[in-house]
Amino acid sequence: MEKFTTHSGLVAPLDIANVDTDQIIPKQFLQKTERIGFGKHLFHDSRYLDHSGNEPNPDFILNKAAYQGASILLARENFGCGSSREHAPWALEEYGFKVIIAPSFADIFYGNCINIGLLPIKLREAEIEQLFQLAPDAQLNLEVDLPNSKVSFTNDAGKQVEFNFSLSKFQQYSLENGIDSVGWTLGKLDKIKAFEAKMPVWQ
Amino acid sequence: MTTTAKTMYEKLWQNHLVEDLADETPLLFVDRHLIHEVTSPQAFANLRFHNRPVRHPERTIATMDHNISTRSIKIDAAGEGAANQLRALEKNCKDFGIELFGMGHKNQGIAHVMGPELGLTLPGTIIVCGDSHTATHGAFGSLAFGIGTSEVEHVFATQTLRQNKAKTMKIEVKGQVGKGISAKDIILAIIGKTGSAGATGYVVEYCGEAIEALSMEERMTVCNMSIEFGAKAGLVAPDQTTFDYVQGKEYAPKGDVFEQAVNDWQQLKSDENAVFDAVLTLEAKDIKAQVTWGTTPGQVTSIDSKVPSPSDFSDPVEQESCKQALEYMDLTAGTKITDISVNKVFIGSCTNSRIEDLRAAANVVQSYTDKGQSVQSSVDAIIVPGSYRVKAQAESEGLDKIFSDAGFEWRLPGCSMCLGMNDDVLTAGDRCASTSNRNFEGRQGRGSRTHLVSPEMAAAAAITGHFVDLNT
Repeated sequence: MEKFTTHSGLVAPLDIANVDTDQIIPKQFLQKTERIGFGKHLFHDSRYLDHSGNEPNPDFILNKAAYQGASILLARENFGCGSSREHAPWALEEYGFKVIIAPSFADIFYGNCINIGLLPIKLREAEIEQLFQLAPDAQLNLEVDLPNSKVSFTNDAGKQVEFNFSLSKFQQYSLENGIDSVGWTLGKLDKIKAFEAKMPVWQ
Repeated sequence: MTTTAKTMYEKLWQNHLVEDLADETPLLFVDRHLIHEVTSPQAFANLRFHNRPVRHPERTIATMDHNISTRSIKIDAAGEGAANQLRALEKNCKDFGIELFGMGHKNQGIAHVMGPELGLTLPGTIIVCGDSHTATHGAFGSLAFGIGTSEVEHVFATQTLRQNKAKTMKIEVKGQVGKGISAKDIILAIIGKTGSAGATGYVVEYCGEAIEALSMEERMTVCNMSIEFGAKAGLVAPDQTTFDYVQGKEYAPKGDVFEQAVNDWQQLKSDENAVFDAVLTLEAKDIKAQVTWGTTPGQVTSIDSKVPSPSDFSDPVEQESCKQALEYMDLTAGTKITDISVNKVFIGSCTNSRIEDLRAAANVVQSYTDKGQSVQSSVDAIIVPGSYRVKAQAESEGLDKIFSDAGFEWRLPGCSMCLGMNDDVLTAGDRCASTSNRNFEGRQGRGSRTHLVSPEMAAAAAITGHFVDLNT
């Protein structure tokens, strides 16, 4: 996994609550046995007018000229609900997103993002609202600083605004160091073996 | 020294804690891992890349369910992409020594139907699967939850997972439900009350007289939809109903070991004074038959009511969600639920495809058949049993004949139209009464509209062409 420390990028605002992983990557694109090839199908049903994905929907946020090259997705509550498919964060990452900001995330999606090095940031409702107010009019660029757990931008008055966020200690460590989580746990084999040795026989 | 009263979740957590360091996410042992063709191939690929074995292949069981045809047991019947994944699963299971219930195997079925009916699902265990409806197994008092593919790989290699501790929520359903109210109505009513993210960050324990009165299959229906209001997992305390169900199942412990297990399982229930982070109480008698009208499972109402209007909600985000949902669902606020017509019916999925579900649906169908009524000519209705065992049982009881004679299509087991990864897909504009678990936009096919209901309601809708209050 790549290390994540700081990131600076353009924000694309997706002003819809309860965006589920079926919307992020519909089922017909889950038939791959590889980990690549999902980005072009991200948000397929909203992003394209036709079933085969040749006609971009001009009304969809990611198709608008102002948001080309966006690497930070601003979303509403309960983002990533539904199916556990890791294909959803894979698709977001392959499209070019490095950071997803929302007031709340579904649990499985949140964990899946961390596990692939895509940073999910929870901010307070009022902060999210403020970003939504700014993003449609201005080209909102955010600075994301994981080691200091803050998001910052310069407002219209030229003033620096900062929002703080937090991750659990180990999740933050994992992202900042890009650790191989399986390898890390395999370093604990003695502990696992000791646990197994005292399990009841029926288990 | 004081002893602290514990919830069932805390006991399950403690019993599986391999390591709990201040600087690391706690490490939990995983007893049972269910896998299928869609969310496992990339995990196997990474094992190969790192040259790592599966630590306990005997603790993993594979089935083919998501991608398969419900018309043919041929591996190629659901298209090239599906066949590639199914063949990859065969090869991966062979290479890594994992037992697989492949196409047409007597044990094949939807993972969450198969596990319980084979006795692979046991109280007091941690069960994971790369599928969000793994919560189903919580009906046994096992901590069961869906995981992503990176976690599937982690479980393969280490038989453990890292998990932050969730908060606990108690949902008590007091008293007895009215006649004809199903487990599906109970869970939809709960979600209607909490909203689609009401339990995010929580493990939910369902309790109360109405829950205790449920059969194991009904408890599975309730726990299955825990994820639909954001819960990490759903739990029901194991009791005699649970032990009787597990006893004698193919993979369940036998003899003295079973007795010892029951002893341990009896200790799992939440202590009397255990404190939950949140408590929700419902009166069972208030629960009516439920129908979703929107595009999240929380957008649900009673059969005797009307489609709501955005102005019925105070929260601006909910207002906007209602507006968008009505537009997508092509519904007008104020329409009576019983006036909504459907042209497709799907009875199946890990929520409602077990033998009791099929019996309940067949009963309704029979009551109409007795009056000379059958499936409306404008409706296509399919019945997809959850497993080959369910299919065989249903056929031995003649249920398939009741359905076929009334004009339903009797299909082969699989996930089918719940997510439409195979060819059981709705087309744009279709309106479906579905016993599945998600009514998301496009879930059953781009532009299609899903109403989540019980098997009884779905059966009646197939025959009358619209939703019916069966209890009036």
